[in-house]
Amino acid sequence: MTTPPATTPPVQTVPPVQAAPATVPRLATDTLTAWYGVTSGVRDVTLACRENTVTALIGPSGCGKSTLLRSLNRMHELVPGARVTGRVLLDGYDIYDRGINPVEVRRRIGMVFQRPTPFPTMTIAENVAAGLAVGPPITRADRDVVVEHALRRAALWDEVKDRLHESPMNLSGGQQQRLCVARTVAPEPEVILLDEPTASLDPAGTAHIEELVQELKREFTVVIVTHNLQQAGRVSDVTAFFYLGELIEVGPTSRMFTAPGKAQTEAYITGRFG
Amino acid sequence: MRGRLARRLVGSTMTGLTYGAAALAILPLAVIFIMLLVKGAGSLDLNFFIKSAVPVGEPGGGFAFAIVGTLIIVGLACVIGVPIGVATGIFLAEFGGGRFGFAVRFVADVLNGVPSIVIGIFAWTWLVKPMGHFSALAGGFALGMILVPIVARTTEEMVRLVPNSLREAALALGYPRWRTSLQVVVRTATAGIVTGCLVAVARVAGETAPLLFTALGNQFFSTRLNGPMAALPLQIYAYALGPYDEWHRQAWAGALVLIVLVLALSLIARAVVRAKHQHA
Repeated sequence: MTTPPATTPPVQTVPPVQAAPATVPRLATDTLTAWYGVTSGVRDVTLACRENTVTALIGPSGCGKSTLLRSLNRMHELVPGARVTGRVLLDGYDIYDRGINPVEVRRRIGMVFQRPTPFPTMTIAENVAAGLAVGPPITRADRDVVVEHALRRAALWDEVKDRLHESPMNLSGGQQQRLCVARTVAPEPEVILLDEPTASLDPAGTAHIEELVQELKREFTVVIVTHNLQQAGRVSDVTAFFYLGELIEVGPTSRMFTAPGKAQTEAYITGRFG
Repeated sequence: MRGRLARRLVGSTMTGLTYGAAALAILPLAVIFIMLLVKGAGSLDLNFFIKSAVPVGEPGGGFAFAIVGTLIIVGLACVIGVPIGVATGIFLAEFGGGRFGFAVRFVADVLNGVPSIVIGIFAWTWLVKPMGHFSALAGGFALGMILVPIVARTTEEMVRLVPNSLREAALALGYPRWRTSLQVVVRTATAGIVTGCLVAVARVAGETAPLLFTALGNQFFSTRLNGPMAALPLQIYAYALGPYDEWHRQAWAGALVLIVLVLALSLIARAVVRAKHQHA
């Protein structure tokens, strides 16, 4: 493991040429195609996500970015008729290999969804600990420690520490989403996938989550799908642009937003379509 | 201007019609309840709830044996019908996409439509006849059979109401499919499932026909599961057909108690739903 790259440069600065050193990618796809029956949602994607970086997947609606994200932790195949060809490599091992249990994959690659999904019948603390229930046995004391740590990492501890045993449904949307982040980080996954995590939040909630993403990348490899270009610019190190199910271009975020290589990318980023 | 007047006229007529239809729909319930109150409330006293039947002409007889009998038989029906029904419903909602699920759903719907007297004859043929005597057990079984398809279908509906996003969230945390179903999806649907069970129980509590062939009824206080047992609907039936005015009065009172019992169950069901919504 090498030193993590510096924090995201602001969009305006001129980037150094290929700043980050080459490392073995934590998560990579190799000619990945995700199918819905006979039609493909996203085609022939080869992409690498290095450790301690945030990769943003951007593109207009229906471009396949969410489908790709859901292929990365084998959630895609839950849709009837859906399947995947190509490979997804986690630490060099194909998660679609025969004999790999998708349940195990999902414990190592966590996911936060577009809308907050706290479990309504569980308390706040139980929600955070939910992922631990399917992991190795853990004592009650240890679990409490993990819950607090996870809530601190999700920047939610101070707001909920006095009502850990209350229902999560009384929290605001933004708090619920941070609770979902806490729930995702508690079992210590290696990669965290965020599927438009701020789509249903107000600006304050959005700002919270974006700060959080910066914190998360210290410990995890983060992949975020967003339809908000400014957000991609603010939070990500690498940006991948998708259009009509294909990966058009991928590169350091600062370069993608200042000097994109492809005309389609430039057209999208400058707001001419999508 | 004429157009506007006509529109308003049609609008208010239609609104009036819907109000009328709503009133008509609740009229029978109101009439039944008022009639039961008028005819039955006078015979309700403490004795009615703590004493059993006495010979005609003797004062102070009650329906205690029938009330207890109904509670026992309905309790038996729950023990038999609720677990099977709930399990079937969960299966249908979570794994019932295939051909087998379709078949189970179809059979449940058919069973739902079978007249209760047919269920009674079925229970008589397979339980009462081989055992050689009527019994509360057979009565509970017959009512349980009526419960199963209702509970199964309402459970399925309630489990289906749980948003798919919760299912996905659990799966994404690394929950295996079955743990997702039980610990997240079904747990979220619990309040709805309990409500469905209570409504189903309220329905079978008033069933008479299946009990005629199974529990038969009993003139005396009995808690023996293996023998004939009294039940409210049976006792109402017997007393209403009897020749004595005193019996008729008691039948009215029994009917009132039965209706109140069913009403109470429905109210509890509503309270459960409300508690859930406050929680959620």
